[in-house]
Amino acid sequence: MAQPLLEARRLTKRFGHVRALQDADFTAYPGEVVALIGDNGAGKSSLVKTLSGTIRPDAGQILVDGSPVELSGPLDARRHGIETVYQDLALAPDLDAAANLHLGRELYRGGLLGRLGVLDHAAMRRSAVTAFAELGVDLQDVGAPVATLSGGQRQSVAVARAVAFANRIIFMDEPTAALGVLQRGRVLDTVRRVRDRGICVVLISHNMPEVLSVADRVEVLRLGRRVARFTAADTTVEELVGAMTGALDAEEAGGAIEGDGTAGAPDADAPRKDGAA
Amino acid sequence: MTAQAPAPVEERRQPARRPPVPSWLRRLAAANEAWTFGVLALLVAFFTAARPSTFLTRYDITQIATNAAIYLVLGVGMTYVIIVAGIDLSVGSVLVLSAVLSAEYTIHHGGAKSGWGTIAVSTLIALATGLVWGALQGWLVAKAKVPPLIVTLGGFGAALGAAQIITGGQDPAGAVSGRLQRTIGFGKLFGQIPWLVVIAFGATLVFGLILAFTRFGRHTYAIGSNPEAARRVGVDVDAHLIKVYALVGLLSGLGSVMWLAYFGTTSIAGHSTDNLKVITAVVLGGASLFGGRGSVLGTVIGVFIPAVLSTGLIIMGVQQYWQDVAIGVVLVAAVYLDQLRRRGRDHG
Repeated sequence: MAQPLLEARRLTKRFGHVRALQDADFTAYPGEVVALIGDNGAGKSSLVKTLSGTIRPDAGQILVDGSPVELSGPLDARRHGIETVYQDLALAPDLDAAANLHLGRELYRGGLLGRLGVLDHAAMRRSAVTAFAELGVDLQDVGAPVATLSGGQRQSVAVARAVAFANRIIFMDEPTAALGVLQRGRVLDTVRRVRDRGICVVLISHNMPEVLSVADRVEVLRLGRRVARFTAADTTVEELVGAMTGALDAEEAGGAIEGDGTAGAPDADAPRKDGAA
Repeated sequence: MTAQAPAPVEERRQPARRPPVPSWLRRLAAANEAWTFGVLALLVAFFTAARPSTFLTRYDITQIATNAAIYLVLGVGMTYVIIVAGIDLSVGSVLVLSAVLSAEYTIHHGGAKSGWGTIAVSTLIALATGLVWGALQGWLVAKAKVPPLIVTLGGFGAALGAAQIITGGQDPAGAVSGRLQRTIGFGKLFGQIPWLVVIAFGATLVFGLILAFTRFGRHTYAIGSNPEAARRVGVDVDAHLIKVYALVGLLSGLGSVMWLAYFGTTSIAGHSTDNLKVITAVVLGGASLFGGRGSVLGTVIGVFIPAVLSTGLIIMGVQQYWQDVAIGVVLVAAVYLDQLRRRGRDHG
């Protein structure tokens, strides 16, 4: 528990004149749900994209299990057991659920056929059925194109894809934004279930009550840097909003979390006091 | 656009509660090929009923298949391109350029009396010309981000122009080895099936299987369906696009060899509407111009609809220009029905 699973140190990313990230820190520990919150433009998406290998930082360091890594693409991140559920889901609507689950990670037939690149459709279907069953997803026909599924079911396919292959950490970018109340509850259940398997879930969300109900810890970004960290059980929506908007003094909020220590590793974090930069 | 559905999605009825129809039957009914095949079967039934003694004799079938062979080869490549949400207007011109370059070699190496060595080299030249031209167009689409409509429209003009520069605008004499014409052009496998048809079906089978059963095919659909999603899961989208355009070029090269073997001339002026014919066939076969949908089997059916229609009209003694009118109507009707079906599917 003391060793962070994934750590970002002083990440900086500029797009032209816009500083999306400025010395942004981020920490995620094994087996927790950590919410990443912030106002629009605070740098949440940039941070997630950086940590999932989609964009490369101009400066800063990313550490997996304590050792620095270079993420030059989504594939690199995946090799480190990091999966992402994108806000737009990144599904191919014309392909079926099983094909989407295995897209880029196809299973092949044995022998010569496999070496020629012939896919094992049956095996991929079976593995998809298993993956959906494990998540408790109600999907009657894994052979139906994703375009024919409901919004909630599509969401489930994207989540199941991440869960099936992640062994360390899953980023979920606004996973409930497009969902109704019922499906929202189901996705949050899934988040908890994934955490209980020992996988860290990083939840990006705008919905404060939702964050407090599902997250163990909360990290707050503002203007491209981390300004506060909270233990979800000890904080309130007002506190979170205060930290997001800057109404609450950053130092104070940082102090509040640094004191409690339940979130893990004060010693690992000691040299970098939040909001100090 | 992305896979993200618009907000009112949750109000949709969940398709999970379907009537207990076997899934293979539902898939068959939903398959584009089933509908297009229905149209083809109707046409065949109609002409057979109208002229039972003359339509669909063995001679007819052979003739229809031979006429369709080259379009089928081009159509297979076009299917890939349309599935990746692209288009290739240059197929006919690339065919002409490939034919002209291979003809130039033949002319200077024995002409009509040349042997198998010349035939082999000139064939390779034709295939390589198509491949390189296609790859270049693919590179422009994938890397330079020029829309495929423009790239291949430019390619359409440039390839034809290049062919005319080389030949001075005249179809050269001695362009094809007589030996190639006698064997491949008019020859028949086991004295039964024309070699052109054998080649066309061979190419169709190989690339149809690749599209349906391999990773390359799967990624072709994925890229046409949502290129950004494909990129994020690690598919090398740019390289794949280049390969797809190179493939349609290669098949245009193959088409040029078949053309030379059958007609014995480069027919520089005769291919300006190949692109439209081939695109029509692919779309009739159920491929979506927005990408992500289509199949080689559908294209096979789509190629045979005009072929059957034209033969049938000629046999019935109808002026054959009616064929173009009929194809136009069938094309628009097919796409309209397809849209209706998709709306039903996506919002059912």
